[in-house]
Amino acid sequence: MNELIKLNLSQARDKLLKKDFSSVELTSAFIKQMEETRGLNAFITETPELALEQAKASDKRIAAGSAGIMEGIPIGMKDLFCSKGTLTTAASKILSNFIPPYESTVSQNLKDAGAVSLGKTNLDEFAMGSANITSAYGPVENPWKKQGDNAKLVPGGSSGGSAAAVAARSCMAATATDTGGSIRQPAAFCGLVGLKPTYGRCSRWGVVAFASSLDQAGPMTHTIRDAAIMLEAMSGYDPKDATSIDISVPNYESLLTGNVKGLRVGIPKEYQVDGMRSEIMDVWHKGVEWLKQAGAEILDISLPHTKYALPTYYIIAPAEASSNLARYDGIRYGARIEGEDLTDLYEKTRGQGFGNEVQRRIMIGTYVLSAGYYDAYFIKAQRVRRLITKDFTDAFQKVDCILTPTTPTAAFSLDNPPTDPVEMYMNDVLAVPANLAGLPALSLPGGLTSDGLPLGLQLVGKSFDEVTLLNAAQVIETAANFQGQVTQMRKAS
Amino acid sequence: MTTYIEGATGPWEVVIGLEVHAQVSSNSKLFSGASTEFGADPNSQVSFVDAGFPGMLPVINDFCVRQAIKTGLGLHAQINELSVFDRKNYFYPDLPSGYQISQFKHPIVGEGHLNIDLPDGETKAVRIERIHLEQDAGKSIHDQHPSKTFIDLNRSGVALMEIVTMPDISSREEAMAFVKNLRSLLRYLGTCDGNMEQGSMRADVNVSLRRPGAELGTRAEVKNVNSIRFMGQAIDFEVQRQMEILEEGGTIVQETRLFDPVRGETRSMRSKEEAHDYRYFPDPDLPPLRLKPELIEEIRKTLPELPEAKKTRFVEKLGLSPYDAAVLVSDAEFADYYESAIAAIKQQDDKAPKLLANWITSELFGAMNRDNLTISESKVRPEGIAELVDLITAGTISGRIAKDVFLQMWESGESAAQIVKEKGLEQVSDDSAIRVCIEQIMAANAGMVDEYRSGKDKLFGFFVGQVMKAMQGKANPKLLNDVLKEMLDGK
Repeated sequence: MNELIKLNLSQARDKLLKKDFSSVELTSAFIKQMEETRGLNAFITETPELALEQAKASDKRIAAGSAGIMEGIPIGMKDLFCSKGTLTTAASKILSNFIPPYESTVSQNLKDAGAVSLGKTNLDEFAMGSANITSAYGPVENPWKKQGDNAKLVPGGSSGGSAAAVAARSCMAATATDTGGSIRQPAAFCGLVGLKPTYGRCSRWGVVAFASSLDQAGPMTHTIRDAAIMLEAMSGYDPKDATSIDISVPNYESLLTGNVKGLRVGIPKEYQVDGMRSEIMDVWHKGVEWLKQAGAEILDISLPHTKYALPTYYIIAPAEASSNLARYDGIRYGARIEGEDLTDLYEKTRGQGFGNEVQRRIMIGTYVLSAGYYDAYFIKAQRVRRLITKDFTDAFQKVDCILTPTTPTAAFSLDNPPTDPVEMYMNDVLAVPANLAGLPALSLPGGLTSDGLPLGLQLVGKSFDEVTLLNAAQVIETAANFQGQVTQMRKAS
Repeated sequence: MTTYIEGATGPWEVVIGLEVHAQVSSNSKLFSGASTEFGADPNSQVSFVDAGFPGMLPVINDFCVRQAIKTGLGLHAQINELSVFDRKNYFYPDLPSGYQISQFKHPIVGEGHLNIDLPDGETKAVRIERIHLEQDAGKSIHDQHPSKTFIDLNRSGVALMEIVTMPDISSREEAMAFVKNLRSLLRYLGTCDGNMEQGSMRADVNVSLRRPGAELGTRAEVKNVNSIRFMGQAIDFEVQRQMEILEEGGTIVQETRLFDPVRGETRSMRSKEEAHDYRYFPDPDLPPLRLKPELIEEIRKTLPELPEAKKTRFVEKLGLSPYDAAVLVSDAEFADYYESAIAAIKQQDDKAPKLLANWITSELFGAMNRDNLTISESKVRPEGIAELVDLITAGTISGRIAKDVFLQMWESGESAAQIVKEKGLEQVSDDSAIRVCIEQIMAANAGMVDEYRSGKDKLFGFFVGQVMKAMQGKANPKLLNDVLKEMLDGK
């Protein structure tokens, strides 16, 4: 393995600026690794030629002293972000031939910051899934394995390709999106940092929509500092997205103090869900201890409506998705299966173009919006959503951020994933409340299971207070010394 | 005033409510920056938002919002400071995103009213229930290919206002008067050009019948009626159809019907049972629309003088008849023309405003009808017709000569003064010239003079005619009358 790909984003950035190596060298190393790890199926489309062109341009800007904050850094782009001139599939057959004539705002922001895109990463179809097994381009494999067990594991989802690619060091960082845990859960499964920003922080323009009121793009990286750098590059008000918020973007990296003295951290009792493994409880307790030792004040809090979050999410997200996905009809772009008449064309195109999970959610969404069911499901869910938001608002009167586990389990088997959709949906039970409330939330590796799989800790913060999350997370990052834990376990075995 | 239709089994009251779709006058669409120009090549004015491409998002066009507020204020309506955009979901190839963005539960404009004039001279207020903003769909073209349908998305995303009335309209005449007044108001406000033939305005007509004083009957909705004349025909047909069913003891099916202008009849499109479930829900891409009270007040200050106020002013200040005033205010262009002409009048004469109104409504409108031209296409501009009237009130030409002058102005666009001068049409107001002519006529008709003097007064007119003819109509009529009387009477 080339030494260059072992660097973190911030390290590579510093060395690029010092001209220790060029972006072309760095990018070439990642292209090679991308090829060598192809078996993980982390990328749907690789764009090495484009990446090298961008790397050359980056080297010129570095030489000219006009480097952006991610200049020359090779990243993976979740295949949900439209890239001008490059196939963008959303991991669906229905978009198997779609080449966008425009670039999403977030990917453009990253380009403008100098980032180099290696290609489009795999995901669950239309970002619907928690194991990256619903992709029309095949499942993604987690680079992690249990100690002494060669069975393939899922990387989590929906941003499973991004997580696997970063974890396998076939890109230095990756973009991801999080509608109900799709950044944080795969980050947790792959031992990475995943940050879902406040709703409205990153523009949704040019990102294939799943559930508009929940979707939010964010970075997936190795370290908190890397996440801070990449978040700044991705963020910003966009007049083309009416839900984007016009609040200036701080220089997150410069605000990393690693100081949590006096920070009030809430521990919600409702997050101890049934069936949560003791190893996860242990990591959670360790997280509490680390923060306490660094001078934070730990407070027990209650978020009483937490148990309604998952059912609420599974009404609102499919409802919006059923409408958002109506445009894929085979008429103007994308795959079309001809039919005898218009209805037949629609049914064939959508029946064969969408996979089972997407069809399931379209049907759920259509049902909950139907006359006669709308009030009982959709309206009720909207009300519960407000109560869940209020839980957080009340809690944030007393605390500055909230610490919980990210997932109830570690990564599970790729060959025998849960077949019951509800069991699968349980993966996101701890993640969806932050989406429903639009709050920033971050997952970082806290420890390992006894068989050596990463476990994530989640921090949830106040609206637009990503800085507090990053600082608390950095304290845990240092104390946890995740890489040290990994090395130690590997030595021991 | 409620009018009843006499059926075989007794009187029926007609109840009509309208949903008028008016295209907002705006250079760009409701949620995208694409142009709205009419008549452009198919699919040439379509943004990726209008075509429903992946990841594309709507952003509200503030100008269209202002136009809707302006329209609401013109209809004396409540402007809602909070309104919400909803998605109306259905599949159709000319609806690219699979949903139309509209306002369902919380429209931008609430209750208001619009007055219409009834034949008996009374005024009736038709209540407005609401106005909401929504986007138009594209156009499906079925006649370009034997087996395929073509789609033109130029209209996709164009801003419409749906103006919904209460069921306050009780005859075809009232319905037609309402749409005429509404169209005129929208043109005054500049919020819709009202061109029904271009599809800028169309109406869904809800018609039902009931016995006088009874509960509302079941209605049928006639969709997309695109001319005032067709609306009259559609109502006539529906009233007749429903009355026949009811009088035979049948029941009206609540359904959507389509008007066929060729046959002048309505046909069933779909019944309530087959009605779409549109699965309305708030559009998560668009935050609720919040209007500041200051914005509403700012727009209120920009409202022009509206037709009703203008009509009152024309009658009370300018002395026009209510009929002439109504004709002139019926179209903002007419009223503007008239007011520009008034401003150009130079002769101080109290009769001038009325005279000008007469010339516009009779001669000018007559010529426009004859040659099928609009007022803006007329070569006779307001300053020109004002000059013509000035020439009349100054006594330079007679009204009769003025008609000839007008015709030449209409054809050539020359000014009245120029025509009068070139052709030497100035009225002769020279006492001695008229006397010379009268003497000649009297000498040539000595017998008639005797008859007149022996008491046959009616011959006076004959002499007027003869003198006028000899003077090619240019004699000042009043002077001619005075001098002729004096000379015939032998004084």
